Amino acid sequence: MSTDQKPILSLQGVIKRFGGLTAVDQVSFDVAKGQVFALIGPNGAGKTTLFNCITGMHVPTAGRVVFEGRDIAGSKPYKTAQLGIARTFQNIRLFEYMSALDNVKVGEHVRMKAKLWDAIFRTPFARREEREVSERAMEFLKFVGIERHADNYARNLAYGQQRRLEIARALATEPHLLLLDEPAAGFTPQEKVELMKLVDKIIARGITVFLIEHDMKVVMEVSQRIVVLDHGEKIAEGPPTEVRNNPRVIEAYLGKSA
Amino acid sequence: MTRLRELIRENSRNPNAIAYAAMAIAALTFPGIAQFATGGNADYLVSLAADGGVFILLAIGLNVVVGFAGLLDLGYAAFFAIGSYTYGMLASQQLISSPIHHALHVPFWIALVLGTFIAAGAGALLGAPTLRLRGDYLAIVTLGFGEIVPRFFRNMKDWTSGVNGISALDIPTLPFWITGPWANAQLGIEQNFRFVSFNPTAWYVLVIILVVGSVIGVNNLYGSRLGRAWMAVREDETAAAAMGVNTVNTKLLAFAIGASFSGFAGAFYGAKLSLVSPDSFGFIVSITILSMVVLGGMGNIPGAMIGALLLYWVLYKFLPDAPQQVAALADNLGFHGLNTVTPNWPGIAEFVSRLKFILFGLILVSIMLLRPQGLLPSRLRTQELKRGVHDEPVAAPTV
Repeated sequence: MSTDQKPILSLQGVIKRFGGLTAVDQVSFDVAKGQVFALIGPNGAGKTTLFNCITGMHVPTAGRVVFEGRDIAGSKPYKTAQLGIARTFQNIRLFEYMSALDNVKVGEHVRMKAKLWDAIFRTPFARREEREVSERAMEFLKFVGIERHADNYARNLAYGQQRRLEIARALATEPHLLLLDEPAAGFTPQEKVELMKLVDKIIARGITVFLIEHDMKVVMEVSQRIVVLDHGEKIAEGPPTEVRNNPRVIEAYLGKSA
Repeated sequence: MTRLRELIRENSRNPNAIAYAAMAIAALTFPGIAQFATGGNADYLVSLAADGGVFILLAIGLNVVVGFAGLLDLGYAAFFAIGSYTYGMLASQQLISSPIHHALHVPFWIALVLGTFIAAGAGALLGAPTLRLRGDYLAIVTLGFGEIVPRFFRNMKDWTSGVNGISALDIPTLPFWITGPWANAQLGIEQNFRFVSFNPTAWYVLVIILVVGSVIGVNNLYGSRLGRAWMAVREDETAAAAMGVNTVNTKLLAFAIGASFSGFAGAFYGAKLSLVSPDSFGFIVSITILSMVVLGGMGNIPGAMIGALLLYWVLYKFLPDAPQQVAALADNLGFHGLNTVTPNWPGIAEFVSRLKFILFGLILVSIMLLRPQGLLPSRLRTQELKRGVHDEPVAAPTV
């Protein structure tokens, strides 16, 4: 299986500057297929900026973002979603005044084929597709465990359910690579355990997971490989046990001892 | 029969279904009842209702842009103007005096379609440069567009007769038409029918058909992939893009489809009045349509329609009639003094007539205070899936 050895995502010397500020500086790493890959670092290290560079929300100042063998640096966000990269957001960004089910159905938008004509005249094709999409959306809600709230406005869901809904919506785009931006933020320990189970289920579907997380317990337990960013630079990379004991990582998190 | 009963039971608590049913019944019975109540002198009322239908079409179209896609458009009357002028120029003697020296007499039905597509094109054209703008900034640009278009038509004197406007537009025709007692005639088929202005019932029927078609089309769009994309863009453009929605195309389509409604509404309006004048499409028209949508319930089709009906009635029937009504009321109640004009008192009728716009403002403000979400607000779309699917007990995680 030589194809599986190829990384699904490969960052090569990615730089992102905002004016004089360098948010991401010469970052390179590979994400292997089928892994849980974690990106950690102190606040302001450039983690989310890096995510934005991958999904096309930012255009990297320099460097290559290679996804499944294709350089996608500078592609529009909807293009990267089409290619198979889905994401969630650090501060939840749901479509608040749409039902949970409709939120997931928007995720499926990119895999739907109905044209304007189909939509206006509600052709048999459009009807069939709508039905299929509704059913599939329901399955995604079940997958994350919030199918009982399918009819509720997204804004009326509890915080934890909103985080799950965001994951369901991202999964509905049928991604190969799922980027989770601090999925456990604000979770209770119990919820974190549930989340780790969910990540395992996602991996079992053959989706590669790339996450940003602050909670070390979650990161150490769930991920196979970790990259540490500090001030936009990669300061460490390796399996959890190795990263945990890396002196530079400890310094970045706890500060230099006097 | 049982299916009908089921349909009624299912929808008896759905305000939208009730609104649709009420409007359908009112639309069907209005000409008959009006003629009956006035002893056959209701042509004026029916004609007024047909014009009201134009505003319903406009509200439905603007609701797509503002309500569905969340793009604040303050220049919507521009597309109305484009639709009207399309018919005016293509279906009259007008172009004889233009540089091409040739009158075009495009049949109304073709002009209706042309007007639709030309307005849609103009919508996309306006949309293109405004795609990066959101909220207030977009509103200002559309406001500018709304000012430019009527001025453009006014200044293109060679083509549009400038301030005089275009008059004597072609009368739409049909090979046959059914007439009956509702139009003060014998039941029968009239051949080579012409939509003349003294037959308002025909115009009324035509506008009802246009409204019904529009409602079906927009309703289908609302429940479609595109409708969801519009709402996603309205709720959070960044998230929508991350989910694979091409926000540029989605917004352009919202502008184009929204504009297309005012395109054929404009062609209809021009043909019915047989006159197109640059003064009919000012800022106040845009604002009135926007008020209709907001007042009725943004994002909800029957809401926008009810808002349009109500405001249209207030503006074109209630307020114009108010002075006489009040004067008559004062007489009936015995306050004859109120109707006596003195140097310090213009008479109650004149007094009320001066207060017209204060009244209008009061009505708007009080509706918005009492029902800030609109008369018939947008509701959560009900599930298309069978009930059972999400009723079955599930071991829900504690999250």
